[in-house]
Amino acid sequence: MTPEKNFMVSTSPHIWKGKSSRSIMNTVALTLILPAGASIYYFGIRAICIISAAILSSIVTEYAIKKLRGRKFVMDGSALVTGLLLALTLPPTLPIWMVVIGSVFAIAIVKEAFGGLGYNIFNPALGGRAFLSICFAREMSTWSLPTYFSLSTDAITTATPLAMDIADKTAMYKDLLIGNIGGSMGETCAILIIIGGIILISVNIITWHLPICYIGTVALFSFILGEDPVFSVLAGGLMLGAFFMATDYVTSPITNWGKVIFGVGAGIMTVVIRLFGGMPEGVCYSILFMNALTPLIDRYIKPTPYGFQKESAK
Amino acid sequence: MLKKKSATRGIKVPENKLTEHNPIEPLPLPQKVIIPMQQHIGAPCELIVKRGTKVKTGEIIGKAGGFVSAALHATISGEVSGTTKIINHATGHLTDAVIITSDGEDNWVQTEPAGDPENISSQDILNLVSKAGIVGMGGASFPTQVKLMPPEGKNIDTLILNGCECEPYITADHRLMLEQGGKILLGLKLVQKVLNPDSIFIAIEDNKSDAITHLANLICEMGMQDNFKIVPLKSKYPMGGEKTLLTTITGREVPIGGLPLDVGIVVHNVSTVKAIYDAVYEDKPLIERVVTVSGLVNEPKNLLVRFGTPISALIDYCGGMKENANKLILGGPMMGIAHFDLNFPILKGSNSILIEHAAPIIESNCIRCGRCVYACPMHLLPYMYVKYAKTHNYNACQDAYIADCIECGSCSFSCPANIPIVEYIKTAKSELNKKRTRK
Repeated sequence: MTPEKNFMVSTSPHIWKGKSSRSIMNTVALTLILPAGASIYYFGIRAICIISAAILSSIVTEYAIKKLRGRKFVMDGSALVTGLLLALTLPPTLPIWMVVIGSVFAIAIVKEAFGGLGYNIFNPALGGRAFLSICFAREMSTWSLPTYFSLSTDAITTATPLAMDIADKTAMYKDLLIGNIGGSMGETCAILIIIGGIILISVNIITWHLPICYIGTVALFSFILGEDPVFSVLAGGLMLGAFFMATDYVTSPITNWGKVIFGVGAGIMTVVIRLFGGMPEGVCYSILFMNALTPLIDRYIKPTPYGFQKESAK
Repeated sequence: MLKKKSATRGIKVPENKLTEHNPIEPLPLPQKVIIPMQQHIGAPCELIVKRGTKVKTGEIIGKAGGFVSAALHATISGEVSGTTKIINHATGHLTDAVIITSDGEDNWVQTEPAGDPENISSQDILNLVSKAGIVGMGGASFPTQVKLMPPEGKNIDTLILNGCECEPYITADHRLMLEQGGKILLGLKLVQKVLNPDSIFIAIEDNKSDAITHLANLICEMGMQDNFKIVPLKSKYPMGGEKTLLTTITGREVPIGGLPLDVGIVVHNVSTVKAIYDAVYEDKPLIERVVTVSGLVNEPKNLLVRFGTPISALIDYCGGMKENANKLILGGPMMGIAHFDLNFPILKGSNSILIEHAAPIIESNCIRCGRCVYACPMHLLPYMYVKYAKTHNYNACQDAYIADCIECGSCSFSCPANIPIVEYIKTAKSELNKKRTRK
């Protein structure tokens, strides 16, 4: 005789796929190890310090804010990814205390003040970087050439490639691809970022629509306006921005067509800011601008419900 | 046989067809059956026997309560020992039920098999189907004679036989196709006579390749290759849902708020069609069905069960539940209903009993990843329903076509934040219903 049991009663479905938000964030963090590793190779101790400081302060800030709000703190990987991404957009010469301020702003204001995970409108890492650019403009625009683990923490300062004149194109492309140039920490090795992006697309964490449309639009627009398209694509933070920043689930459109619009819009903004704006780098602000337009895009770009066209034909 | 087709939306679920090689075994008759008066969509039956009446197996005990209703029959022989009220597991409302205590024998009523079933008229087929109390056995339990009488003006040009069985674990229809394929095809011929469609498709998922081959051979033997076309389908959930199924096979889409009738298509389940064969060829009413018992039981099986048998009888026959089982599911793991009472009876729409172990789910924030949108076979926006339901904005749910949701569970299955999306959708739908009935 079957013994009496207390059964659990819940709504269908009774099985789950098993992929959790945390595993998605962890996979993104793992693929970010590629550009982070490249930055440590080129910039040595400074890179390690900045990355660790950014990640630690993000996690601690999120813990503190969650406690203040009376919510439960879960290590779901989102603070880790935000800290790592923020670190990769910063110049390697930035003082550590500024990195910490950037992280705190990114988590406390851009993410938690808007409601926490899933409710923020703007990308937290980019919001933190924009804040730092405004507050500490001089330190944020000091770029350095790679120092390769030299024990001295002084670096030779130079302008970022976008503000330079280029003599030999092929050598420049090769340097841009493997990262042998100055710039922010994550901008350098384009090859590894592309590999990371391909990994994310192949495990279905991101789709190809946003990065390809973003990069393609930048190439096309710069070509139309007389700039070298390959250089425009490889220089600056475009690769990192297209594959890792713009594709953040929370702040980008949900449908594929919406992502295409996001990519094209961000691409146009990037080229406009680079060529006609006063700043050498347009990726950060163009993504933030399109983040603001995402709710509007999602409102109007929706899949057609099954059987819909027949209704209007009736 | 036609080329394999596949659906664009939907999800891949783990198949776990533990019982696909187990032949159907008849379950020993229970001591007592509980038969609710409402096991179908439509008006409940009117009881025509009272306490103390002696009934034979197959004797009618409940008259159809209206046009959209189905008759009920005694599933064992014995005495009507009383009536009770049980909770309808789908709606939560109480329905009347009849309790019949067995007399130990299985005395049948007099049956008159049709003399010449090859040449029977459509009207006689409809009368026999109606008399046998046949309802859709895929789970929806819609009275079959109503489905076989399309209203004036609706021209049916396609008939689809649904042998997909896309849910994990369930193998009832699969075994029926393998063991009683001939009866299914003869029943399909009867349906063809009533509806007279231009084309007939038999839809089977590709994980049942033995059933596809077997039915293909039977069709050749019967000489019906030109009429019955088997369509193998790529296994995807919810391929067995009639809207997804008919769109994959014919490319037509059922209009919003409409039925497959509106695009000239009728879909029938293989068990229903086999019941139609029983009703016409053998004058047997609908009193039993194949039920898969699977999951965390010691010996998963496919059983032939009389309606009204308590679930505990099936689980005991299958060796009992394993130690860590804590969930009893009527149906499959995607759309089945979790129950708490082992004495609940098997109904006309119960195709499976699943024993599972489940841990409580911890819901976290929606990260707007869009997996629910990509999974939804009806092209809806499940994450919006969650957002609206949380703020009690049910009108917005209605404007976003929540009535089209078939509650298949693909969205909840894909959600990485473990949000019970179907629960929010069901809540929103019931709130909208309450508002509609209150007016």
